[in-house]
Amino acid sequence: MELYRSHVLICGGTGCSSSGSLTFEDKFAAAMAKHDLNKEVKLVKTGCFGLCEAGPIVVVYPEGAFYSRVTDEDITKIVEEHLLKGRIVKGLLHGSAIDEEVTKSINEVDFFKKQKRVALRNCGIINPENIEEYIAFDGYQALGKALTEMTREEVIEVVKASGLRGRGGGGFPTGLKWTFAYNAQSEKKYVACNADEGDPGAFMDRSVLEGDPHVIIEAMAIAAYAIGADEGYVYIRAEYPIAVKRLEIAIEQAKEMGLLGKNIFGTDFNFDLKIKLGAGAFVCGEETALIASIEGERGMPRPRPPFPANKGIFGQPTVLNNVETYANVPQIILNGAEWFANIGTERSKGTKVFALGGKINNTGLLEIPMGTTLREVIFDIGGGIPNGKAFKAVQTGGPSGGCITAEHLDTPIDYDNLIELGSMMGSGGMIVMDEDNCMVDVARFFLDFTVDESCGKCTPCREGTKRMLEMLDKICEGKGTMQDIEDLEQLAYTIKDASLCGLGQTAPNPVLSTLKYFKHEYLAHVEDKKCPAGVCKDLLAITITDKCIGCTMCKTVCPVNCISGEKKGQHVIDQDACIKCGACIDKCPVKCIVKK
Amino acid sequence: MKSLADLAKLREEALKKVNIRGERKGKRIVVGMATCGIAAGARPVLNALVEEIQKRNIQDVEVTQTGCIGVCKLEPIIEVYDENNEKTTYVEMTAEKAQKVIVDHIVNGQIVAEFTIQE
Repeated sequence: MELYRSHVLICGGTGCSSSGSLTFEDKFAAAMAKHDLNKEVKLVKTGCFGLCEAGPIVVVYPEGAFYSRVTDEDITKIVEEHLLKGRIVKGLLHGSAIDEEVTKSINEVDFFKKQKRVALRNCGIINPENIEEYIAFDGYQALGKALTEMTREEVIEVVKASGLRGRGGGGFPTGLKWTFAYNAQSEKKYVACNADEGDPGAFMDRSVLEGDPHVIIEAMAIAAYAIGADEGYVYIRAEYPIAVKRLEIAIEQAKEMGLLGKNIFGTDFNFDLKIKLGAGAFVCGEETALIASIEGERGMPRPRPPFPANKGIFGQPTVLNNVETYANVPQIILNGAEWFANIGTERSKGTKVFALGGKINNTGLLEIPMGTTLREVIFDIGGGIPNGKAFKAVQTGGPSGGCITAEHLDTPIDYDNLIELGSMMGSGGMIVMDEDNCMVDVARFFLDFTVDESCGKCTPCREGTKRMLEMLDKICEGKGTMQDIEDLEQLAYTIKDASLCGLGQTAPNPVLSTLKYFKHEYLAHVEDKKCPAGVCKDLLAITITDKCIGCTMCKTVCPVNCISGEKKGQHVIDQDACIKCGACIDKCPVKCIVKK
Repeated sequence: MKSLADLAKLREEALKKVNIRGERKGKRIVVGMATCGIAAGARPVLNALVEEIQKRNIQDVEVTQTGCIGVCKLEPIIEVYDENNEKTTYVEMTAEKAQKVIVDHIVNGQIVAEFTIQE
């Protein structure tokens, strides 16, 4: 067996690989070869660590030294100093890994210390393309336990008792879903995994599949055993090429080891898993549309009931769970329902992964116990708002969710609390907004998304969201009336009530929640024709004050030549021609150009 | 793979290859790996330590490197930190001496007095 005294973990998640980390393995190997270290130090490509903002990330064990924003030159330094001489290169460590000259290991850094990783536990620890590493970290133990020591009913009972709820957004109790499919009478049953992650800004499913693909295979096999299925589909969008590739490798390895196929663990349980690529339509994240797409039909939802647990893929009983939901299952089987139920709040058990983005210092992926407050997530783990700006709101649940304001920051995060605040858990996107964000514009952004993604089957969603967007456009252009605000609200409730599927039923949420908490911003747009945050271009005027020294720099930089004035004389902006790009503001040496 | 026992066997083998990734705990062996240490032969010592630990399947021992410890003429030097952070310094190490340190000190908890700094 090869012996290594040190492991270098290189993040191969989407964030880090887009900043070049996929070439690091070769570069490290080349630098190490110069010092003959290749037999002493092991290079491992892992999944996402979560702190994507600081990528590319490299972690060196056993010290747990956390190097961030690693460049090609840094690699030579890390090899020559750290790997050869054992001196951690302090200057290249992530800022939070050094506290008063003392180096902290990656597990002690604030961003990671406050997390509890269940679904993400192997991400950034193991090589996702190596089944042995997954097995080393207890992989396939749960499947073995379920198949050889538990009855199907016992498996369902454990999942039920754990209190696990669907992580894709709805929060439906997973154990109950499995019971329905178990009770459904049929020769053929299916299990399916919803990896059609579509919320703007959410990427936890992608990270699980990229960082720990075997956990999904194991969990789906457990689900299949429990309900009596022998075939499964992973529905994943084609825009996730790394995730698809690693899942394909994982399925291949599992088949070779006999963990997929016939007579798994010497029992009479057979299970086969297929990947179905989606074309990236948001609506295909809706379960009935997803099933239609798997069957080769156009991805459109149908009325429920019948629910997929009774009539799913090809009309057969089907359990359909989200990636993150599945990622919890093997741990629940191994550690027991009680262990899981002890984490979280009374009605929301376990942990939840959030994708933190927007105006936040530590953009990335984090997993916290349910019941953690928004304040802890945003300020302690997320590191607060950049540039000393004030926090305004946080948007959760993507295009289906809503905004939560500063006064609710101490609310413990769980399914029910978020709904009470007019938002929802959704898949776990969390977009932080500061004083520079216009809330009307934010609502318009999400509605623009749903208008694009509406499948067009039912009228309230197809026509209604379009009309709402038109009203919002009108308000942002400064042409809105009080009647528009009233109509907007009424139409929003109609769409919620009358739409066929979750997409339409939740599409008005961003508008309703901003109307509830930020009505004054809507009124400012309509009554005063002003955008308080200075975002809506049509409501802004850029003017040059009389402090102008006539240097002509603004005139040179203006892309539409709308500034006139002589050298050493006062300059003027032609308001009709100005496109409000703000280039002149940045250029002015005496800061005499203002936007209001 | 046909049974839980097969899986357990595979897991045990695989775990040996990855168990240095995790939180720090237990004893810690630090090897001086500055220019002086490397020149005096610290790398074979380091490799011998790692090999012995793997061979005996000892858990909760971490082997790391450090820079110059200061008494270059006594290199290669290793320091063993116990659970309560008490330090023992071994000097003029060789691969064979390293194996003895693992057996006596790490496994049996007996400090190897003859390898420590002599007055």
